Amino acid sequence: MLSIHYGLNVRRKMLILLLLTSGFLLAILILSFWLSNDNLRLSAASKNLVPSVQHLFGTDWLGRDMFTRTIKGMRLSLILGAFTSLLSVLIATVMGICAASFGKTVDAVISWIIDLFIGMPHLVFMILICFIAGGGVYGIVLGISLTHWTAMARLIRSEVMQIQNDEYIQISKSYGKSAWFIARRHILPSIFPQVMVGFLLMFPHVILHEAALTFLGFGFSPQTPAVGIILSEAMSHISTGKWWLVVFPGLLLVIVIKSFDSIGEKIRILMEPTSSNE
Amino acid sequence: MAKNTVIRMIRVVTLLIGLSILTFSLIHLSPMDPVNAYIGGDGSASPEQIEKFKEYWGVDKSPVEQYFSWAGALLQGNFGTSMLYRTPVIDIIQSRFVTSLALMGTAWLLSGVIGYLLGMAAAMNRGKIIDRIIKWYSYTLVSTPIFWMGLILLIVFAVGLEWFPVGLAVPPGVMESDVRFLDRLHHFVLPALTLSILGVANVAMHTREKMIDILNAEYVVFAKARGESDWQIFKYHGIRNSILPAISLQFAYFGELFGGSMLAEQVFAYPGLGSTLTTAGLKGDLPLMVGIILISSLFVFAGNFIADILNKVVDPRMKGAI
Repeated sequence: MLSIHYGLNVRRKMLILLLLTSGFLLAILILSFWLSNDNLRLSAASKNLVPSVQHLFGTDWLGRDMFTRTIKGMRLSLILGAFTSLLSVLIATVMGICAASFGKTVDAVISWIIDLFIGMPHLVFMILICFIAGGGVYGIVLGISLTHWTAMARLIRSEVMQIQNDEYIQISKSYGKSAWFIARRHILPSIFPQVMVGFLLMFPHVILHEAALTFLGFGFSPQTPAVGIILSEAMSHISTGKWWLVVFPGLLLVIVIKSFDSIGEKIRILMEPTSSNE
Repeated sequence: MAKNTVIRMIRVVTLLIGLSILTFSLIHLSPMDPVNAYIGGDGSASPEQIEKFKEYWGVDKSPVEQYFSWAGALLQGNFGTSMLYRTPVIDIIQSRFVTSLALMGTAWLLSGVIGYLLGMAAAMNRGKIIDRIIKWYSYTLVSTPIFWMGLILLIVFAVGLEWFPVGLAVPPGVMESDVRFLDRLHHFVLPALTLSILGVANVAMHTREKMIDILNAEYVVFAKARGESDWQIFKYHGIRNSILPAISLQFAYFGELFGGSMLAEQVFAYPGLGSTLTTAGLKGDLPLMVGIILISSLFVFAGNFIADILNKVVDPRMKGAI
């Protein structure tokens, strides 16, 4: 009796935490639309202000409010993150299902491609693709989504292989259903939860790498309020002691990434009832 | 066993060929013409230089012929000439490789050893406060951008405490020959520390998982029943069963390590391969970029290959099994 109560509590606690973290991310998104662009106007009067109640994150060397800049940068990261995660999850799902469904040759080819893609250092590959796509949003989206699908494709492949040995698939086959029908009606629905969790867990990686790319100077023009650009600009002001330009935007980035990570993990655990009480 | 290794070697070779084809076709696909990029970047290129460049890329031939002439040149160690530095790419790579290798090597060793010990400590004290701290630390580190960590270290130790210089590998304004080893070390500490701090998380978490599995195994329960102390269990059962996965994991970490060093080098203006690649990419120096990309991939392939071999072959229990 006691253990059942305890189990319920763990799940409930998780759900509450889940709601809180999602609420936090939503709040950032809402704030990013609510904060007015006036705060980004250059003003000589409010240059280099230390963080205070009016300027939570302080102001930069042009008098722009760092809180507004950071939040707007976060919005860009979130939107890009959603888009690129979606793309790479799509690639991963297609690749994974193909590897598992179309025989040994296709499987070998796909596993070779995966090995090829993880052979180049992640960041280097992203820079190459970004460079070749000519930079900009395109470059970043292509660069990140073309490099992040590999691990998940492997996961989906093994999952699909397992399902394909199940009896209902065998029966469906013996009824003469086509491979396409089986993939669409039997396999896709049963791997959908995995794909969803994969999508959520892809988010933190994508945001992290987007920040790294923009920090190095690839992708966006310096006017864009991306977190990486904010931090790389702030880098040249470190030696004059303006620590807040670096500390707060980065800290918010870490918290956002961690939030996504914990949302993904919690949903993954909640969807596996057998292990969610551990 | 030997046969297995040979098969793996062949696979690595096909992958390397595939990689060169991939790189080549990506560049070929791009709207950017290497020759135009070359001339456009700098109007001072002489006709002979342009000729040489055209010959290197084999612009007038078909794509397949172009690939073969390019790959042939690569095999002879001819990586072309850098547009930015006006010297052969291979020379630049050689000179930067040592600085990068020192940085990555130190971080690799430090993060491996510290990560392993932390993972062990967490597993042996599972559920206690130490375990929680280590777990929290590792999970937070995974979400932390390495360049931000570098900037924070810079703020605290270089600007705040003034223990270390703000950047570069040697003091500015000093002749290369006058730089003392101590100076180099002084400039080396912060980038190496940045790179090490983040590498810890990966090994620590894997070692912890692995060690928890080991501690739940029957032979450990039996050892406890015999009255072995924690230290004895660690020495006789823990290390032997967990060190190999940790080492092979660390070898498979080469790719992340290189990416990390790119960011760390950028933060500290440390002149290694990574920061050179960043500059080459931003300025559109294609030959230099391709050269570093291929070298870094070689490096990662070597790491993955070693990890593979370690996983499958070195384990004494696998002797004769393959």
